[in-house]
Amino acid sequence: MAQMTMIQAITNAMQTELKNDENVLIYGEDVGQNGGVFRATEGLQDEFGEDRVFDTPLAESGIGGMSIGLALTGFRPVPEIQFFGFVYETMDAINGQMARYRYRTGNTRSMPITIRSPFGGGVHTPELHADSLEGLIAQQPGVRVVIPSTPYDAKGLLISSIRDNDPVVFLEHMKLYRSFRGEVPEEEYTIELDKADIKREGTDVTLVAYGAMVHSCLKAAEELEENGVSAEVIDLRTVSPVDYETILESVKKTNRAVVVQEAQKQAGIAASVAAEIQEKAILHLEAPVLRVHAPDTVYAFTQAEEVWLPNYNSVVEKVNQVMNF
Amino acid sequence: MKRTLENIENQFEMFQIMNEEGEIVNEDAMPDLSDEDLKEIMKRMVYTRILDQRSIALNRQGRLGFYAPTAGQEASQLGSQYALEKADFILPGYRDVPQLIWHGLPLYQAFLFSRGHFKGNQMPEGVNAVSPQIIIGAQITQAAGVGLGFKKRGQDAVAITYTGDGGASQGDFYEGINFAGAFGAQAIFVVQNNRFAISVPVEKQSAAQTIAQKAVAAGIEGIQVDGMDVLAVYAATQEARKRAVDGEGPTLIETLTYRYGPHTMAGDDPTRYRTDDEDSEWEKKDPIVRFRKYLEGKDLWSEEEENELIEKTKEEIKAAVKEADNTPKQKVTDLISNMHEQLPPNLEEQMEEYKEKESK
Repeated sequence: MAQMTMIQAITNAMQTELKNDENVLIYGEDVGQNGGVFRATEGLQDEFGEDRVFDTPLAESGIGGMSIGLALTGFRPVPEIQFFGFVYETMDAINGQMARYRYRTGNTRSMPITIRSPFGGGVHTPELHADSLEGLIAQQPGVRVVIPSTPYDAKGLLISSIRDNDPVVFLEHMKLYRSFRGEVPEEEYTIELDKADIKREGTDVTLVAYGAMVHSCLKAAEELEENGVSAEVIDLRTVSPVDYETILESVKKTNRAVVVQEAQKQAGIAASVAAEIQEKAILHLEAPVLRVHAPDTVYAFTQAEEVWLPNYNSVVEKVNQVMNF
Repeated sequence: MKRTLENIENQFEMFQIMNEEGEIVNEDAMPDLSDEDLKEIMKRMVYTRILDQRSIALNRQGRLGFYAPTAGQEASQLGSQYALEKADFILPGYRDVPQLIWHGLPLYQAFLFSRGHFKGNQMPEGVNAVSPQIIIGAQITQAAGVGLGFKKRGQDAVAITYTGDGGASQGDFYEGINFAGAFGAQAIFVVQNNRFAISVPVEKQSAAQTIAQKAVAAGIEGIQVDGMDVLAVYAATQEARKRAVDGEGPTLIETLTYRYGPHTMAGDDPTRYRTDDEDSEWEKKDPIVRFRKYLEGKDLWSEEEENELIEKTKEEIKAAVKEADNTPKQKVTDLISNMHEQLPPNLEEQMEEYKEKESK
């Protein structure tokens, strides 16, 4: 075991897969000699050569399309989109193309592509860097969306994503990159995709979260505990598809649920989680399923992040509403 | 030399080998093709013209669905395909079904593609191609990736992709040729300039006098070819292929061509935006008429031969339609099972629901 930040765990996962599979290619804007704008690919070009880890021209759509072409010739591409706010430039390549390839070719061709991209607020980035756009991809059949919240999960989930023979969008929350260290095995391991993880057990209310909001929920749960409320925190890890089995099992135990996301109310994936809970467990509910989210405005100007982003206080508030319904 | 527009345009004069009378006007550029090759090319062009006529008729009868007419573009489509090897990978646009057929896609599957059946998109093992791309430009960036893949593997193969004159206005067109140039991808980009993107004439796409000169923006070779001259299209593609596999980079080929029919069979009426004069002017340039004259001059082609071929083609088309008719209908469970290697839980659940429905 080693103590790693999430970014180190991500680098370690890529290094592991570059070693394991000669078809793995890593590329994007400044991921080569520079080692990435967040150092995620630090040292990888030196170790594996320019043929495996390389820079591209500055064009996200080209990166997406090129990934499809490389996959058609048997490679396992792991491209990077520098910030996920730039995904609009390559929406067709992801949602219009790679997500559909297996289906459109009648299961004769596959797209084993993992798109890595940072997102998330709280680190004072300029415009269109921090937006939570996972909801856009989660609505597209044929592509998985994975969002880790710990160094341990990040490594195991990234290795699984790279090995998956269908496209995965792997979103890395910028605030979590270096905010804490965690135990990460140095050897390879995988974490099954499509599976949520119970980060904290509880009996009174189920908190469903992902990304940075997992930590807000854990902090809120501590405070709630002091007030005699026992919160169970579920980290979705894969936000498309959602592991409803784990959620429903928890809700049937706690009879209350709050879904927590950093994205705006009209975005993200909380609405579909709430819908599924009411479809499958309405008779177990003591209160409506409430949501924690950002306001339905464009992502905040840098100096307004603090008042705009949901935090653990927002979680505590919603849990109290659910408990006192 | 002063960098004026005229200087640039002068570098992209139309490459032609055979004129409208079927006479060789550029002997030096004549490709090395045997008599059998020449006859085979003619055979393919006639077959494809008949296929177009029958496809339009079948579409009108409701026996085909989406169909984008190809008449007029035989030299452009088949001359370029004939220069390829089996290992080469085709990324076609929606009008480029003939190239797929001659690369190995069975005709009945091409009909299933038209009707909207997934089996039409299942390329047989060893047929290096994907089904026609509907998003104009998407095939261009993907071709850059395939061409880079071949380069990385050290394979003696190229990616070839096709778009139209309208497609050359897309961002993905520019990104694709630019990526291919930056990476030295083994790729050939063919722009079939038939002068119209549905109703919009090429003059409204760009102030550039040729599409071939757009290659300059990517720093790659560009050539404008008489797209009604099958020998010129073949020679240009063969040359581009050789350059690509020799590590000399990608090429942009603009073929000047014309579609005699509508844009698609979904209600487009070309009389709204084209004149009779324009149509008849291009009919004089018909790639089949021209090549027939050339072959007859060499005593390689006869009317009887052509008529026999036409009858045989019609029979093949009839049989292919029948085979398409006999293909089992699609079920939702088929569509679900084609989505992922490992079905996610939501689809597992829906698979059970539809299995239940389909068993009733």
